[in-house]
Amino acid sequence: MIKQNKAKKAFLSETLDPFFVSAAQLAQFGWRSIREAVYPPFEFQETFRQCYLIGVNSFPLVGFTGLILGLVLVLQSQPTLVEFGAGSYLPAMSSISIIREVGPLVTALICAGKIGSGISAEIGSMKVTEQIDAMEVSGTNPFKFLVATRIMACMLMIPILCIYADMLALMGAFLGTNITGTINFNFFFNRVFEALHFTDVFPSFIKTFIFGFAIGLVGCTKGYHSQNGTEGVGMSANESVVVAMLSVIVIDLVVTQISGMLGYI
Amino acid sequence: MENAITSEKPVAQDDKKGEPVIIVEHLKKNFGEKVVLSDFNLIVNKGESMVVMGRSGIGKTVLIKCIIGLLKPDGGTLKVFGKDISKITRRDLDLLRLNIGFVFQSSALYDSMTIRQNLEFPLRRQKIKPMKGDLNKLVRESLISVGLENTIDLMPSELSGGMRKRIGIARSLILKPEIVLYDEPTTGLDPITSKEIINLIMDLQHQSNTTSIIITHDVELAKQASNHIVFVMDGIAYMQGTYEELVKTEDPKVKPFFE
Repeated sequence: MIKQNKAKKAFLSETLDPFFVSAAQLAQFGWRSIREAVYPPFEFQETFRQCYLIGVNSFPLVGFTGLILGLVLVLQSQPTLVEFGAGSYLPAMSSISIIREVGPLVTALICAGKIGSGISAEIGSMKVTEQIDAMEVSGTNPFKFLVATRIMACMLMIPILCIYADMLALMGAFLGTNITGTINFNFFFNRVFEALHFTDVFPSFIKTFIFGFAIGLVGCTKGYHSQNGTEGVGMSANESVVVAMLSVIVIDLVVTQISGMLGYI
Repeated sequence: MENAITSEKPVAQDDKKGEPVIIVEHLKKNFGEKVVLSDFNLIVNKGESMVVMGRSGIGKTVLIKCIIGLLKPDGGTLKVFGKDISKITRRDLDLLRLNIGFVFQSSALYDSMTIRQNLEFPLRRQKIKPMKGDLNKLVRESLISVGLENTIDLMPSELSGGMRKRIGIARSLILKPEIVLYDEPTTGLDPITSKEIINLIMDLQHQSNTTSIIITHDVELAKQASNHIVFVMDGIAYMQGTYEELVKTEDPKVKPFFE
């Protein structure tokens, strides 16, 4: 019995300890990155460079995914809506679902995979090859130069990527509607914008900043704590994708709940 | 113990050289349960070229990382240019680091930057220290000093191990530091390239008269580049002396190193 209890405790300790350590690292990194980002000197040049690397290089993937997403959404829902005589609601339905939920969430999940793993692998390999130490002995604060700039770039670029993905998803929805029937471009987009209100756009836009912060933070934290050489870098990149995706989903749930409480739904 | 000195207190060697620039007293550093440095004492004088030897994992790199403030000691005092490293502010530490070059074992060149950008990086970051002359001139001079001026626009991945070491040395010397810390500069290199790196270190030392601490297992490097050797064992500076003194020792822990 005592042995069983000890085994249970050991199992719980092995399972929970890494979780709490990881949570503590994220909290510490989050706080420090905010502090470093608001105190001078500011690393504008590196932040712009990261915006380019993170944002511009992600446009093709995010855009293509958005387009297909809108197309598929319409193709899947059109038969049911037409069956119930609600075919005219298609533009409104697709715009609300894309802008409020599907667009930001799918874009953030893609970015968690593409950007989060990239940041983690880059910082991780810099860590294991002593490049971060080299930066520090050059009189550079590596936390400010590497971490704060990447988190800022994610917070700036992921909202822009989400808007871009939403636009292309709406274009995809328009194309999807035109595959089975003919609908005028102006008519479609008039219906789209008529259906959208501030309460649909605002929470969704705010959410994307938080997604950006979470993706950047997780990528940097996991990379910065890489250990055990190249194997450790691979593991931290992998962990970064898993944790960032889970964070995005949890943040989505929490923000949706708060939006509802504040009357935005 | 012949002429070599076993030391538990800091011992200044070769007083003619100049005033102490690094003073390590009772330095302690642990990693969890593992005690790496237990009571380490050392004095490095200005202009001295000190070689630190000892078995792998004994704490040699930890020592120089403590000296430059990359690791925080768990006990004892560590003064560089009279300033206690563990008690100064981040800003003062950055200022102090302007006078300390660090050559990493892995060279630690920034993979995403060209050689030019690698060398420019420390110069661009030093906003508080005015640099005369333009960046390009300094970078070219630095590359010429290590004999690699034609690599200026290459990426680090395009260079051999020996060339990377040379660039690492050039980068650490570009701010013209008074102290240079070398972490195993010849490890992993073939004998010819090792010889080239040893000659380069000696040439640079003669040109700029820097104070050096060289971590190495390479007896040839120790013989040629040192005027003082410290042998690290059991977390302390176990034995100190010149190469000639240490090579004659009969101490069973040290002798195998020089055979």
